[in-house]
Amino acid sequence: MYDRYQCPDCGYTYSEEVGDAHEGYIPGTRFEDLPEEFTCPDCAVRYKEDFQKQCA
Amino acid sequence: MKKFTMQDSGRGAISYQDNKRYLWLASVIYPMVALSGIGMYWTTGSEWSFLVPLLFIYGVSTLFDGLFGVDTSNPPEELVGQLEEDTYYRWLTYITIPIHYAVLLILATFVGTQAVSIPAVVALAITGGIYSGLGLVTAHELGHKKSTLERNLAKIVQAVPAYGHFCLEHNRGHHRDVATPEDPASSRMGESIYRFVLREIPGAFRRAWKIEQNRLERRGESRWSWRNEILQSYALTAVLQVGLLVAFGWIMIPFLAVHNFWAWWQLTSANYIEHYGLLRKKEASGRYERCQPHHSWNANHVFSNLLLFHLERHSDHHAHPVRRYQCLRDFPDVPSLPTGYFAMFVAAYIPPLWYSIMDHRLMALPHIGGDLDNVNVAPHRRAVLEARYPKTPSILAEAA
Repeated sequence: MYDRYQCPDCGYTYSEEVGDAHEGYIPGTRFEDLPEEFTCPDCAVRYKEDFQKQCA
Repeated sequence: MKKFTMQDSGRGAISYQDNKRYLWLASVIYPMVALSGIGMYWTTGSEWSFLVPLLFIYGVSTLFDGLFGVDTSNPPEELVGQLEEDTYYRWLTYITIPIHYAVLLILATFVGTQAVSIPAVVALAITGGIYSGLGLVTAHELGHKKSTLERNLAKIVQAVPAYGHFCLEHNRGHHRDVATPEDPASSRMGESIYRFVLREIPGAFRRAWKIEQNRLERRGESRWSWRNEILQSYALTAVLQVGLLVAFGWIMIPFLAVHNFWAWWQLTSANYIEHYGLLRKKEASGRYERCQPHHSWNANHVFSNLLLFHLERHSDHHAHPVRRYQCLRDFPDVPSLPTGYFAMFVAAYIPPLWYSIMDHRLMALPHIGGDLDNVNVAPHRRAVLEARYPKTPSILAEAA
């Protein structure tokens, strides 16, 4: 079961199922396994802990 | 003129017309002012003509900022979505790209083929640098967007001023670290622009390179891979500038060196004035507080904003970096510069003048309240500034 997490500012969504190929996160990479210094790849002004888990 | 409308359940019918819709063409045409000196030279035969574009950028734009004043109009928040989706605005940014290329090629061709004096070549190189620096404004607007097309176009346009690491550094570095002592692209109180540039240019380069290297490592690729987005843009610069060298010979070496440096210096100037002395607080978690509107200096003057794709509405840009230029809003109580960017650049080049204009403005900001603890202070000037701005009894009482 994979989850999706959304940036509350710009709407970028990180899907654990898809990952983010451009950023180098392979499909299946759990949100919790992203680096602690992860910031939103689109706006960069929201930190990892700001991301909101999306309802399935 | 196009009208944006919607039915809001609470407020009823909302409509908006963007009075600046066609005036945004100014941002497209503006880089061409760089060529006005050559036009005047052919008409008058006087080399003094080459100063015309410089007079325009610093003199005329400042005069018009004073004449036309500030613009407090904002699109209603409910219609921002529609305004963002209107592709007219992004086409203006697209067509600005070939103009930046054309301006550099025409200036270089002129220098390479016409017999003009050394001071004239220097004036043309500086002019080229200033107006190619505007290419970074175009790259800035494009590079912040989510679409691959716009991001690729940003890489193409930032190759003109030979600053291929700009978007990466700016979006992922500067926006993350803005208004903190860690940010090489945020200036500190008491730091002159000449000291700042020595920290900014190498610091920004290192940060961009590190961000891209980390990304490529995660992808299992070498930093020298062709997928390195910094190298992609540098490669374009190499094609462009080596091509000019081959076409016009040795004169291109000093011409392009001055051009490139002066283009970077435009970015340095903007970075210097945009966050001078402003400081985000560190929270208990060790993170800095979120960037607030009071962490950027703004100029809401309509004329220079129309030349810069609204760059001077800087607080909203930092609050919402992905937002398109036509949607950026003015806020009433944000740190404000007394005039537009270009005149403030000149003030920055004369440090005592800059401090006399800015230091008291900075200390008077409501969230700073005269307390240097709330300011990003240059370490080498801290003792002097502490003596000049001692803690008042009210600051001490609040701290206790």
